[in-house]
Order: sequence, then structure tokens, then C-alpha cells
Amino acid sequence: MTTTDPVDYQTEPSRYRHWKLSFSGPVATLALDVAEDGGLRPGYALKLNSYDLGVDIELHDALNRIRFEHPEVRCVVVTSLKERTFCSGANIFMLGLSSHAWKVNFCKFTNETRNGIEDSSRHSGLRFLAALNGTCAGGGYELALACDDIVLVDDRSSAVSLPEVPLLGVLPGTGGLTRITDKRHVRHDLADVFCTTAEGVRGQRAVEWGLVDAIAKPARFDETVRERAERLAGTSDRPQDARGVTLPPLVRAIEPDALVYEHVEVRVDRANRTATFTVSAPRAPQPDDIAGIEAAGAAWWPLALARELDDAILSMRTNELAIGTWLIRTRGDATAVLACDAALERHADNWFVREVTGWLRRTLARLDVSSRTLFALVEPGSCFAGTLAELAFAADRIYMMSLPDAPDEAPRLTLSSASFGRYPMVSHDSRLARRFYDETAPMEAARAVTGQPLDAETALGLGLVTVAPDDIDWADEVRLAVEERAAMSPDALTGLEANLRFGARETMETRIFGRLSAWQNWIFTRPNAVGDKGALKVYGKGERARFDPDRV
Amino acid sequence: MTGINYSERIPNNVDLSGDRALQRALEQWQPNFLGWWREMGPDGSQDFDVYLRTAVSVEPQGWAHFDYVKMPDYRWGIFLNPREEGRRIHFGEHLGEEAWQDVPGEHRANLRRIIVTQGDTEPASVEQQRHLGLTAPSLYDLRNLFQVNVEEGRHLWAMVYLLHRYFGRDGREEAEALLERRSGDVDNPRILGAFNERTPDWLSFFMFTYFTDRDGKFQLSALAESGFDPLARTTKFMLTEEAHHMFVGESGVSRVLQRTCEVMNQLGTDDPARIRAAGAIDLPTVQRYLNFHYSVTIDLFGADQSSNAATFYSSGLKGRFEEGKRTDDHRLAGDTYRVLEIRDGRLAEKEVPMLNALNEVLRDDFIRDSVGGVQRWNRVMDKAGIPFRLSVPHKAFNRQIGTLANLHVTPEGEAVSEAQWEARRHEWLASPEDRAFVASLMGRVAEPGRFAGWIAPPAVGINRQPVDFEYVRFN
Repeated sequence: MTTTDPVDYQTEPSRYRHWKLSFSGPVATLALDVAEDGGLRPGYALKLNSYDLGVDIELHDALNRIRFEHPEVRCVVVTSLKERTFCSGANIFMLGLSSHAWKVNFCKFTNETRNGIEDSSRHSGLRFLAALNGTCAGGGYELALACDDIVLVDDRSSAVSLPEVPLLGVLPGTGGLTRITDKRHVRHDLADVFCTTAEGVRGQRAVEWGLVDAIAKPARFDETVRERAERLAGTSDRPQDARGVTLPPLVRAIEPDALVYEHVEVRVDRANRTATFTVSAPRAPQPDDIAGIEAAGAAWWPLALARELDDAILSMRTNELAIGTWLIRTRGDATAVLACDAALERHADNWFVREVTGWLRRTLARLDVSSRTLFALVEPGSCFAGTLAELAFAADRIYMMSLPDAPDEAPRLTLSSASFGRYPMVSHDSRLARRFYDETAPMEAARAVTGQPLDAETALGLGLVTVAPDDIDWADEVRLAVEERAAMSPDALTGLEANLRFGARETMETRIFGRLSAWQNWIFTRPNAVGDKGALKVYGKGERARFDPDRV
Repeated sequence: MTGINYSERIPNNVDLSGDRALQRALEQWQPNFLGWWREMGPDGSQDFDVYLRTAVSVEPQGWAHFDYVKMPDYRWGIFLNPREEGRRIHFGEHLGEEAWQDVPGEHRANLRRIIVTQGDTEPASVEQQRHLGLTAPSLYDLRNLFQVNVEEGRHLWAMVYLLHRYFGRDGREEAEALLERRSGDVDNPRILGAFNERTPDWLSFFMFTYFTDRDGKFQLSALAESGFDPLARTTKFMLTEEAHHMFVGESGVSRVLQRTCEVMNQLGTDDPARIRAAGAIDLPTVQRYLNFHYSVTIDLFGADQSSNAATFYSSGLKGRFEEGKRTDDHRLAGDTYRVLEIRDGRLAEKEVPMLNALNEVLRDDFIRDSVGGVQRWNRVMDKAGIPFRLSVPHKAFNRQIGTLANLHVTPEGEAVSEAQWEARRHEWLASPEDRAFVASLMGRVAEPGRFAGWIAPPAVGINRQPVDFEYVRFN
């Protein structure tokens, strides 16, 4: 990668600067203790447990360590080691210095990590308790909102707050507005008061308004947190005596125009502003019993794939802004992919298999919300089957090569049980249900061909692919599509794709990525926030923001 | 509501008898305040007749009315300096605009926070000092303690008046909360760290009133510049009382030093052990107490770089000390100020935007002011022919707030390792043994004109009364 000073999403606990991870039986404690001088970029100090992307990268890693390396953990207590401060949210000076793209990318990753907390509670029985030992503002409260249970210390000064509107002229944009309404059902008029009161709400009123679940006096705080954590742990079905699976550092080569992992390869074509993601099927035989799968651990293909693809997506999103089109390819033996799919299904109740499925689910969801054009290219030698077919279904268009004269070489697309709900999108629909608006006829037709390797004509007939050029037209069709795309406005494309990808169903997550992010990203470009005298720019300098009074 | 003579029960110049909303608020609050005073005010003193000064008006002859009063009957009044017609905001972004007579909605939260933080310190210090009456070294000192206590109570009233009068329901709730927090209570502490420390003995009390009440003076002076006129007028009047508190501290330490010097000269020694054996407090111990109170107090000014400080100034809520006497543009945009940081293991200065450094500016004003009194203390030793001199420690010594927090810096300003700090900390800060020794000297002296052996009598009494006047009657 050629971007100067690229962001690396890989870390591990011994390198953490901002989080302390500790374990006590079924309860893990994830304690925020931000190093002020540990900002990812120069120019700002991370005071009062405020965070930047670097802090969230550690959180993302820590969550995965708990999921995989500590299966005995049933409840995670998220708290702070700073006295009287839980977390004051995203660092404002960082936001003030950042480009629009950086802010948007940062918020997206932050949103994904918060969603991942809820995803783990919903699908894997891993519960989260926010133990607010002090002031909890903005993004700090948004992190708490992602947890199952919120306990606030009742010391007559610590409050929860979303002061973005009154102090910064922006929105609580990492889920805040959505979660207080959708999730916590705070009445909209009280939410209006809450979100315009910079100092927030504390004590009993915070409970009455539904902003927190419980309050506790300082002397009773630890005990209350412990009791509630134990109670939450009791609702978990995580295993009691399983051995964790270690996540060793990813093996990857970072080249000027390529990211090369074992199963994933990304090659950048700067002239055409495209990147080609090539995902490989397992090359070696994969285990299909639990003992073998657990023994393989992080080397088990589905997990290795999830980790590598996750890292590649994050890296490309952050470090290669101008590479606007991602071409998705696969290669290898589709039967090996389907064998892994079968194992994933057969052992779905096993904790490790469940976690691997979760990582794949979250990674595919990350692809869905990436602001890049996604074209899948189904060519000879590819293996878009089962789990890997989801990569195609995530794309904005699927090009599948038709080879009527050489049926043995013709590429195939194969549906499996993985195609019908194992990896729901943020809309909670499967990608196929999204594709067909869950209409009975096309869904039944697709179900009927599950397991059959479909050629381009059949796939086109079933509506599973967009176009099926033959081998003579193929190169030009693909080239023209890519060039045409590159000529259009990147902003309009991002908006177009985001509107078309998610179908009709709204969930809390789609509202976060849609309604909330769209408003926030608009506000982020307005002079009232980021002009010379915008609220975000002058914050902390003692200068007053100057607003254009016209409502738009 | 008829039949209550408000100006009699609550002396005031805010037309309390004509303001029903304020009457209603204070009628609910006043019984709670008296309950708090009984529970947390000076221990075992409710029946004493104390020769106290009561403010009954803001006229020069009105704010120093002396008489015997039982403290729960003290008339905690509400006084604002008279309104100055046409007063204008004289700093920040509203410079030149008319001063606000009501709270501007835009600044409601910040003003409330400023008032609550200031208000919280007033009952806190009463709580911190509530047991000192049992060990007063004389009736004169006991009376001074009680005077300080009732005036802190009145300062609480002053802040509560602002909350009740200008901040609606929120203000009433905050006023209640001021009576509910308790100094040093882990569940329910006072807002600022220094106000949760104990004031265990009279040397601490004198140091507290000298240094920490002087913080009060500087904070109140900065608020007396406020564009919110009622706050400016309230704090101006509070300053007249704060001066007495600092006098109690400065003269108290002076008298301790004077007594110690007498003992040193009588015995012809500077050996702390012999001085202690003679019942006086050796000078190095006084220095260690000073180091503690000074460093804890300068933390009260807040972080050396602060967004809030910048906002408070630019919004016209809180000015600088003697803002009106300064000759700059009173906006400070683009100006810089030097603050300390650690660079390569040593303290070094760096320039930061002035607006963000206003806590440091006020801290430096305080430091200059407090050094003056220390020099006056040194004259006591000078007169007695004793070479020992007290001094204030370096600004970076023993700090808990801001960039300098948790560094290890000697009183001379040298950065040292944690091990060196731990090894030498009791050379610089009072050790448990020092405190135990000082505590061992404490015992109530209740006979008019008599003084404990560790402190000299004052030169003159209160309100031109003799030193052996019966300042407190125990009944």
C-alpha cells in the first residue's frame, strides 16, 4: 500500500495502550485507560478517556480475543480505570483536525464495533454490562448504549450525556440517537431534552428516563456491578469448560500495490482506481469433526478467511480512499468450500463454530456497508459456492461468464444452506431474501437448486446474477462497466449503493447506517460544524461558534 | 405566608418580601439548611453564645454588626453589591454589551455549573472544620473559627439565592444537592478534591484559611467580573468576608511561628525534638504543612490547559483577577501564555493559547499573592533573630491536576524518580508522625485570655475588644 502512514487494524493485548483486559471466571473486565499521548495521529491529546480510531482498533481486537480465546467468559464488564470519568467520547480535537473522509470512516468502524457487541449478545450469548464509574459523555455513552445493561455510579455528579448538539453542532452519530429511541425507548420529548442538555442526566432521573438500567452509590458500585454481571452471565449459553482458540498474528505481505494473505489477496490498479479481491477456497483438506476443527483453531479455513477478509476490508477502506471499485473474485475448489459450509452447519451449536460464523457474518456485513462499488466476477476457476457465494450476493452487480460451448470449464454458482439466513445483513435479511424482496416464487426457485452447481444461463434465469456475457464479450463488458463507474461522482455512487443495497426492511442497524449516518455526514460538511467558525472547529478554543441561522 | 418578616429573618437587599417565587423556594430550603447546620455544622456548639459579626446591609456600617448570637439563630442574609447602572460586559466575545440581568439561555448550563461548583465549597469547608471547636487554643480562636463557619454558611446562601432566583427547577434541585453532598463521603463527596480532605488540627485550619480561602478570593474575584450581573454583585460582597478568613489564617500561622521562635530562643536550640518536647511546633513541620496546603490549593485552579476556562472567559461568564485593571484587549484571541510541561525528564516551558491557559493565569496571580504573606511570616523569624525561612514549594510539586499531575518534583522544582520521591516525601510533606505530634498538642482552652502553649496571643482583639474578652459563652 502506498498511502503514507497507513492504519493497521492488527494488534494484540500486549500492545494495547488504552485498554486493560482482565478475566475472572465467567466475567471479563474491559477497562478503558486511554494514554493521553497515544493518539493515532499527531496534534491532539486523548484527555479524559476520549478516544480515536486507535483506541477503537484495540477494542475491536479485545472483543475478538474474548470471543475466541476466552470461551468461558459469559459477561463482559466495560468500565474505566480513570477516576470519576468513564469515557468522554470521541476526541473533539481529533475530529476538528480530521478530513471528512476520516471522520466518516472512523464513525463507520466505531458503529460496526458497537454493533458487534450487540451481535455477540444476540447470536453468541456474550453479554455486556457498562459499568459507568464516572462521567459518561457522547461516544462514551454510545458505547454504553451498545451494552445489555448500564449501571451508573450515583455520586451526585456523574451523568450520562449526549452533548454533541449543544456543544459541537453535530449529532451523537455512532448510534446514540438511534439507540436511545429504538433500543431503550426513551420518550422522544425526554430524548429531546436529554440531547440538548450538555451536562446530561444523572442519578434516579437517568433511571426514570430509561437512560440507564440502575444506579449505585460509590460504596455499593462494585458490588452492584458484580451482582448484575453474574446475573447477566447466568443468561448466557457460552461453554463452561471449553479451551479457547488463540488468534496468532495474521500472516500477510503488505506490498506497494497489494495485500497478500493466505486465502485473500488484494491487488490495486491505480490507473483504473480498482482493487481486485481474490478469495481462495481451502487448498488443504479441512477437518469436519469438532475435535479436528478445534485442533485446527485459527488455521481452520472459515476463521482464517474471516480474519483476513476483515483486515483487508478495513485496510482498503481506510488507506485507499480513491480506489472506488472493488472487484470480487474467487478461485479454487467449490466442493472444499461446501464441505466447510456443511461442517459449519452440522456443528452450529458448538461455541467455536458459532463464533466463526459470527465473524464471517460481521465481515460480510462490513462489506455491505463499505462505501465502494462492489462488482463480483464469476469466471472459470472461481468457487462462488455457499459462504463464498455471499461475497457475490453482497455485490452491487454480479458478472458471470457464460461458456455454452465448454460446459466443463464454465464457472458455476452454488447455493447452500449458508445462502438462506446464516449470514444476515444489518437489515436482518439474508442477502437472497433482500435480492428477491423475500417474494415466494424466486425464493422457492432458489431453494430448489440448493447444492446444484449452476451455470451462467441458469443463474441468470433465476435472477441470481446481473449479466452473463460470453467469453468473447467478457473482457470488454467488464472493462466498460469499470470505466463507466469510475467516471461517475463517487459521492453519488456511495449514496446510490447505500440506498439500493438494503431493501425494504429497517432495523436499528440500518437506521444507524442510514438515517443517522446520512444526517451526520451531511452535518459534518456544513459550515455550521466545520466552517472556520463552525462549532466543531472552535470547540475548546473559547471562541463562540457562528451559525448560519437559515434552516435547510 | 403573611406574618413572616423576611427582612428580619433573612436580612437582604434583594426585595425578598416582594418576590413570592423566591420566598417559596427559600422557605423550603431554609429548614433543610438548618437541619444541615445541626447535623454538619460546628460540633456541640449549637447553644453557645458567640460574639459574631453579622451583615445586615451592604452599607459600610451595615456589614459588620457585632453581637452575641447562637449560631443556629445567625441571620444568614442575602446581599448583593448595589447595582451599577449601565454596567457593561468588559471582556470576551460580548465585550461592550450590556451586562445580563437574567441568565442568557445559551450560557445557562455553564453558569449553573460555575455557581454550583463555587457553592459546593462553602458548606464543604464547614464540614471539614466541624470538630475543630473541641480543640480550640483559645476563646478568641474559637470565635474566629465560628465566624468563618457562619460566613461560609452565608456564602452558601448567596449561591443558593442565585440558583433559586435564576435557574428554575434545576436551580432548586442543585440547591438541595448542595446540602446533601458531604465532605469526604465516598458515596457522596463534595465536588472538588481539596474539599474532601480533612482539616484535622488547627495548624491545618490556619493553612487552609490562608491558602484555600485565598483560592476562594481569586475565584470570587474572577466571578466578580462576570457579565452575569447578579453573580458579579454577589461575589463582590462575598469578598469583603473572605478577607477576614485569610486574616485568620495569616495571623494564626504568624502566632504559631512567634510562639515557636520564643521557645527556640528560650532554649537556644533549633533541634526539632527539643522544640517539640517544649510543646511548640518546630519550623520544618510548619514548612511541611505549608507544602501540603499550598500544593493541594493550587490544584483547585484546574487543569493548566482547559477548554472550559477558555469558554467561560470568551462567553463573559468568568473574567481574570482584576480584569478591569488590565490593559490588553480583553478578548485574548491569538495571545499566548507559558505553561510548564515535562520534556526529556525536566520541567520546561511551552507557549499555549492564552484563552486555554486562563486557569494557569489565575493560579499564577494566586501564587504571587500568597508569597506576600509567607514573606510576612518570615519577618517573625527575622525579628526573633532566627535564620529559618519559610517558602512556597515549586508549582509542579505534589500536583494531582493537569499536565503536572502525578509527576515527581521536589519543592525546589527538580524532577526525580518515583523511588526518590517515595524515599524523601516526608522531608517535604507532613508525615503521620508530624500530624500525630501536632494532634497531641490540640486541646480546648476555654478560659478568657488564656492561650494554648503552641500559639502566641494576638496583638489585638476582635472589634476593639480586649484579648481576654469572653468571645464565646458556653452556657
